[in-house]
Amino acid sequence: MNRILKALSSGKTLVSDGAWGTMLQSMGLQPGECPESWNLTHPEKVREVAAAYVAAGSDLIETNSFGGSRFKLAHYHLDGQTYEINQKAAEISRSAAGDKVIVLGSVGPTGVMLMMGEVSEDQLFDAFKEQAMALEAGGADAICIETMIALDEAILAVKAAKEHTRLEVICTMTFDKTVQGDFRTMMGVSPEEMVTALQEAGVDILGTNCGNGMENMIPIVESIRRINPDIPVLVHANAGLPHLIDGQNVFDETPEITASFIPRLLDAGANIVGGCCGTTPEHIKKIRQKTEIRTKE
Amino acid sequence: MSQESLLQEIAVCVERGKVNEQSPYPPDLKGQPGADELTRKVLDMGASADQVLSEGLVPGMKIVGIKFRENKIFVPEVLMAAKAMTAGMNHLRPYFQSGEVQRKGTFIIGTVMGDLHDIGKNLLGMIVEGAGWEVIDLGIDVPAVKFLAALEEHPGAFIGLSCLLTTTMLNMERIVQDVRDSRPDAKILIGGAPVTDEFKTKIGANWYSPDPQGAVDFLNKQVS
Repeated sequence: MNRILKALSSGKTLVSDGAWGTMLQSMGLQPGECPESWNLTHPEKVREVAAAYVAAGSDLIETNSFGGSRFKLAHYHLDGQTYEINQKAAEISRSAAGDKVIVLGSVGPTGVMLMMGEVSEDQLFDAFKEQAMALEAGGADAICIETMIALDEAILAVKAAKEHTRLEVICTMTFDKTVQGDFRTMMGVSPEEMVTALQEAGVDILGTNCGNGMENMIPIVESIRRINPDIPVLVHANAGLPHLIDGQNVFDETPEITASFIPRLLDAGANIVGGCCGTTPEHIKKIRQKTEIRTKE
Repeated sequence: MSQESLLQEIAVCVERGKVNEQSPYPPDLKGQPGADELTRKVLDMGASADQVLSEGLVPGMKIVGIKFRENKIFVPEVLMAAKAMTAGMNHLRPYFQSGEVQRKGTFIIGTVMGDLHDIGKNLLGMIVEGAGWEVIDLGIDVPAVKFLAALEEHPGAFIGLSCLLTTTMLNMERIVQDVRDSRPDAKILIGGAPVTDEFKTKIGANWYSPDPQGAVDFLNKQVS
């Protein structure tokens, strides 16, 4: 247990993986199709994504379970298979990861809002508990709660995973740059507020994901570090923003552009770096090269 | 309190998200009457429903739309403001039904086929309704046929398409084409995280706005 914290304790920077959704789309996942259903219907394709990131040099890979909460799966009438879909997600990544690579069980937002009275705290807690336990049963080493915008939901997810699994718990939130130039989630949460609240909830590792490119992640990490100089920080950045070119989504950042910001991101205090939407195994290879140069220095 | 100052109070209640007397939010207005009570009161005093709309609810929601665009407030504040606006608006429903108050027009909204995200679309609907428009919300995962059926029912209505995902952006293009095939003159607005003005031009929609207030400005201009 505590594989990630142990690996980080030597001061080493760890490299995580890149996008899953956009990779599955390139393999034929259709718009409107449930990505997590592929764990049951196309496990070999899902494993290909996992294996591609292992081959690219990821120290940690995620699972295909971002939209795997029962609230999200209910849109596809798959909520009855929530446990099975998440367990399978972890099994697939575990089989590609072997013993050396760490598996992060991905947990995304449920899409329901506490403040609007759409759901109770208990219902939300139980949904996160169910998903986290299934990911643990399938062999995940840690739970990675990500793309959170609301603090109340993030806190419940962290507590559910901490209380009902023996795994390390990571939580990252998604910040946008405001016109004033600072960073807030859609619900108005600042990086500083996130650090204080998630630490109280018992999170082991925190950070930021998605967003708009690797460069924007640097000031967010700096904000986190002003509040807490010690807690491990994970960054999963988008490859910039997508543009539609001839019916294909093309992202701003090439692997070289993404990787070029890595030294500054590490200076700011990030410990684990990887990609989000639009990043590919090629991005991860380039990120890996940058972190290794850094280790040698 | 005069009718005029009550109407101003209603605008403040919407702006601050003060729903009714029982509502604990915002904390500094605890125990005071909200948009609900004040709207009832001013109507009973003889204010017209039209005045309540144009001098109370609409100015309040306009400030909300502008502050949201300027990132001075975020989603929770808009949701609370909309709740207060709806509390006031509920007292006006009989006047809308009787035709005593005319709204500026009808706006049909939906998140496009294949996309299940509704926060952006809901915020748009609330802010446009708060600008004095009738909003018909078709929900999420909406195909072109549903937009066409709603247009049949509400001739002359404007259409608003929303999406969050880069993948479902492609469905937006198909829906615009399908709607145009049957209704070449349909006025279509688009919005959502991956959408740009360039994309609007490419798929032949009429207007793109990065924020709900921009949609209000466009719609109001069409009927002024």
